Amino acid sequence: MSDLTHLSLADARDALTSKKISAVELTKAHLSAIESARILNCFITETPELALKQAAASDERIAGGQAGPLEGLPLGVKDLYCTNGVRTTAASRILDDFTPTYESTVSGNLIRDGAVTLGKLNLDEFAMGSSNETSAFGPVISPWKRKGDPGAKIVPGGSSGGSSAAVAAHLCLGATATDTGGSIRQPAAFTGTVGVKPTYGRCSRWGIVAFASSLDQAGPIARTVRDAAILLRSMAGHDPKDTTSVDAPVPDYEKAIGASVKGRRIGVPKEYRLDGLSAEIAGLWDQGVQWLKDAGAEIVEISLPHTKYALPTYYIIAPAEASSNLARYDGVRYGLREPGRDITDMYEKTRAKGFGPEVRRRIMIGTYVLSAGYYDAYYVRAQKVRSLIKRDFDEAFAAGVDAVLTPATPSTAFAQGEQGSTDPVEMYLNDVFTVTVNMAGLPGISVPGGLAANGLPLGLQLIGRPFDEETLFSLASAIERAAPNFDFPQPWWR
Amino acid sequence: MSVDSAVVRRIAHLARIAVEENEVERLRGELNAILSFVETLSEVDVEGVEPIASVLPMQMKKRADVVTDGGIAQDVLVNAPVKEDHYFVVPKVVE
Repeated sequence: MSDLTHLSLADARDALTSKKISAVELTKAHLSAIESARILNCFITETPELALKQAAASDERIAGGQAGPLEGLPLGVKDLYCTNGVRTTAASRILDDFTPTYESTVSGNLIRDGAVTLGKLNLDEFAMGSSNETSAFGPVISPWKRKGDPGAKIVPGGSSGGSSAAVAAHLCLGATATDTGGSIRQPAAFTGTVGVKPTYGRCSRWGIVAFASSLDQAGPIARTVRDAAILLRSMAGHDPKDTTSVDAPVPDYEKAIGASVKGRRIGVPKEYRLDGLSAEIAGLWDQGVQWLKDAGAEIVEISLPHTKYALPTYYIIAPAEASSNLARYDGVRYGLREPGRDITDMYEKTRAKGFGPEVRRRIMIGTYVLSAGYYDAYYVRAQKVRSLIKRDFDEAFAAGVDAVLTPATPSTAFAQGEQGSTDPVEMYLNDVFTVTVNMAGLPGISVPGGLAANGLPLGLQLIGRPFDEETLFSLASAIERAAPNFDFPQPWWR
Repeated sequence: MSVDSAVVRRIAHLARIAVEENEVERLRGELNAILSFVETLSEVDVEGVEPIASVLPMQMKKRADVVTDGGIAQDVLVNAPVKEDHYFVVPKVVE
């Protein structure tokens, strides 16, 4: 019954409600796929017993007519979400065997709606990275292969690389992820999946290990736009435990799938046509414009003049917030502790041993830009530039633009070790098209646009008005229908 | 602006991260690469621009100042590396 893993989430839901399949058999099919894909290193912790127990309970609820919107659907959870009774690592050594006694609001919402949780997915350490190579549990290998290069281990993107790879390899029907600068949309683009970064405040951040609190947002990765819409509806919603979560009704996003996009005004920002943008990415972008035109949308060129400052701004604000958030890892209340001759020595040794090189680097940059004498020159200036970046978008939307179309990434996925080993900034450039969205708190979606000449997926990004995820789902489904079909990789890893 | 090895050591201490002597030079190079990357912000005219406070135009929510949770010392301590009764244990801080 291994073909059960090839159902879309929506089809699996329908097959469950019409009792063509059971949640237990659907879960078993995914557990066996996970078992045979350990070489990809998608999961940090597998929870098969828990999953089977949840599946059995789902079958009972379905039989009793009590099915929730995600009843019996097997999902993966990024290991940045705290899960009650299940070890949560943030892919860092410093959390050691930390086992929460509570459930994050978003993963709790999925369980409330009947989802089956298969385990905890690998990521870049504390979600800091764009290739899933900074995980203390080793890199994730993408199921995708570069044409004519069977030996290269392709990265699944990051930081939600376990989520994107597991969804692309059909190890789960969908997965949770988080996005601070592109960590949902870039890995989705690298793996031919759909990734949604909702509006800041749409999903609760409570119980998700914090990286940069003014930027972090939870969202889904799935294989179709419809599946992503179904997942977001369950994940989203107001939570009194997160004061930045917004008290606004959650629409039925699935209804936006296939809705007409006729007359929608789509902005194409000229500043995203970077010097040296590859012909293939530029070609995909033009193609995306054409697909939306064919669907009846109106295309307008827009200007977002502060675009080129977004990434430098991010590399001040995100490390500053991280250095503050990660101060809690001190070897006292949870996680790793290294003995020292006094308490300061204990802190310093614990943090040196527990944090990997990229996390240490970002904490140090953040500490520097917040330190006396540099705070105004770096941090306050960056917060002002961030205001300007947001204002660029506000003005475009005020002028009648409904959404913005851009490439999702500046290239296709690369192989392990190919980027950032000598200069950390090289890796940071992966987020050049996605990071503006976090700066402005807007929703963004990454949707596949087909395959590049090297055989790897390419993605387009749509950026929407605050809390207008529905328009993004309509536009993304129009692109999904128009884009060339492709098959996910055959399971060479078995 | 760029950092020298003395600044690297000072930042590491402020961040409470032990740094070995043989790591300082490499860290100095990496931090300077990042600082030179963000240097471009100095060319932006930010005259009269307010630093962003929140991307959402919303009031900070408040709640009544009452106890809503508690009495779960066992849960709070369950992940502590060293504990005694209902206390976290740390190296001696005062003589």
